[in-house]
Amino acid sequence: MAETTKATGKLAELTTGPYPSFVKEIEAAAENNKMAQDLIGLLELSYNEKLCHWKHGGIVGVMGYGGGVIGRYCDEPEKFPNVSHFHTLRVNQPAGWFYKTEALRKICDMWEVRGSSIFNIHGSTGDIVLLGTTTPQLEPVFNDLTKMGFDLGGSGSVLRTPSCCVGPARCEWAMYDTLKCAYEQTMAFQDELHRPYFPYKFKFKFSGCPNDCVASIARSDMSFIGTWKDDIQIDKDKVLWYAEEKKLDIQNVVVDRCPTKCMAWDGKELHIDNRNCSRCMHCINVMHLALKPGKERGCTILLGAKAPILEGAQMSSVLIPFMKMEPPYNEDEPSYEDLPELIDAIWELWGEEGKNRERVGEFIQRIGMSNFLDAIGLEPVAEMVKHPRENPYVFYELGDDEDEGEEE
Amino acid sequence: MAIFEWEEVAIEVDEDGFMQEPDEWSERVALALASTEGVEELTDEHWHLVHYLREYYQKFGIAPMIRKLCKESGFPLKKVYELFPSGPAKGACKVAGLAKPTGCV
Repeated sequence: MAETTKATGKLAELTTGPYPSFVKEIEAAAENNKMAQDLIGLLELSYNEKLCHWKHGGIVGVMGYGGGVIGRYCDEPEKFPNVSHFHTLRVNQPAGWFYKTEALRKICDMWEVRGSSIFNIHGSTGDIVLLGTTTPQLEPVFNDLTKMGFDLGGSGSVLRTPSCCVGPARCEWAMYDTLKCAYEQTMAFQDELHRPYFPYKFKFKFSGCPNDCVASIARSDMSFIGTWKDDIQIDKDKVLWYAEEKKLDIQNVVVDRCPTKCMAWDGKELHIDNRNCSRCMHCINVMHLALKPGKERGCTILLGAKAPILEGAQMSSVLIPFMKMEPPYNEDEPSYEDLPELIDAIWELWGEEGKNRERVGEFIQRIGMSNFLDAIGLEPVAEMVKHPRENPYVFYELGDDEDEGEEE
Repeated sequence: MAIFEWEEVAIEVDEDGFMQEPDEWSERVALALASTEGVEELTDEHWHLVHYLREYYQKFGIAPMIRKLCKESGFPLKKVYELFPSGPAKGACKVAGLAKPTGCV
C-alpha cells in the first residue's frame, strides 16, 4: 500500500471533533513512521468493513519472561506489511506514575526507532503500553528498557503489574502509603509477575481512600482501599464557615446525600453518627476543609473483582475489614506483616483448585465463600459484606413491627 | 504459511514458529525448533520435559496447566525457565511440537 499519512472516509470522521483524537495522533506519527502509515490503512479497512483485522493471540516474548509482551498480527500482511507484526509491550510503571521528564523522553526516543512511535500510558492496567513492534525488535526493546531502569509489566496468567493511586505523595486522604505498598508487592512477587503460574490473571490495586482513584474495587482481584476506624474529625468553625461564608447548603448537598443517613445538621452544628458511617467520603469530599477522616487508619482488603470477559462483571467484596498498614501493630488485629501469608494462602488454594481461566472471584462463587474462608484459614465476620449496609452474607429477617415501610 | 528449515528438517510453522502439523514431530524436529528458542543442546532434562508434554498432549489434546506441568515433571518453575528460557508455553511446548497454546492478554 502506498504511503498513507492521512485518514480518509469513516476514520477521518474521528479527526473532526473538538476533542483529542487517536486518529490525529496516528496521523502525526505516520509522517515519520511506516508502521503508523500502515496502521491508518488497516484501521480504515476495519472501519469500512466493520471487521477487526487483528488476529487473536500470538505467543511472543523475551528470554526469561513468560509475560509482558502481547503478540499481535494482522490478517492482511500482504496489503499492510509494516503492521504484519504489531506486538504490544507492557512496561511496569513507577508507583503513583511519577517520572522525570528525561525518563519519558528516553522511552519516546527508543520507541520512535524500535516501534510504531505510538504508545498509551496509564489506562486501567496502569502500565505504559508500547503499541506495535516486530518480533526481532522485542529483545532490543527489552534491553533498552532495562538500561533505562524500566522492567516489563505483566500479561497472561500472572500477577499483573501492581498499580496504586498517587497516595500520600500528593493526597491528604491517603490512609496508608499506597506507593510503598505497591512497590513492595512488585518487588516481593517478581516471579509471579513475570512467569505465568496462575489459573488466570490476578490483579492488585492500592487506593489510599474510599474515593478509590484506581478503581480497585471494580478492576482488581485483590483491592486495597484505605479506611479509618474511629470518628470523622470535625472542625466546627470551618463547618459554620462553609454554611455562612461559602453559602453551602449543608442539608441538601451533604446531609441528604449521605447514603446511610447518618448525619444531622441543625443550622449550627453537624452531627455524625459514626457507627453508621459507611466511609463513602461524600461529606469529606464536599467539605474538605471542615471534615477529615479519623486518626486510626488502615485499609480494607476486598477480593474478587473482574471485568465481564468470561462471566459477568463483578465487584470485589470485603475479605479483611481492617488491616493496620504501619506499626505499632496490635496482636489481635490483622497487620501489614500478615499480608504475605494471606496472599500465599489465596494463591495456593486458587492455584491448586482453580480451573483454567477462572478468576479468583469466579472461583469463590463456584466453591462458596464459607468453603473459601475455611480453606484459607479466615474466620467469617459480619463485616464481610458486598457493599456496606447492603447485601450482607448474613441473612436476617425484620419482624413485622420493625418494618419501616420503605416501599414507596 | 511459513516453512521453517533447519539442516534437513523442513516443517510448516505459524507466525510464532509453532508447528502446524503436530503429527510430523520427531526428535530431529525438536532439535530444529529448540534452535529458535535459545536452547543450544537438548539434555536428558530437556527431553524429560518434552516427552512429558507430548504424552500429555496426545492423551488430552491440550497443553497441561503450568502448575500441573511442574508437579508432574518434578521441575519447579525456575528449572523450567533454566531449561527453556523463553518459558514453558513459548519454549517447551513449541519444541515438543504442540499446537500453539491459546491465551489471553
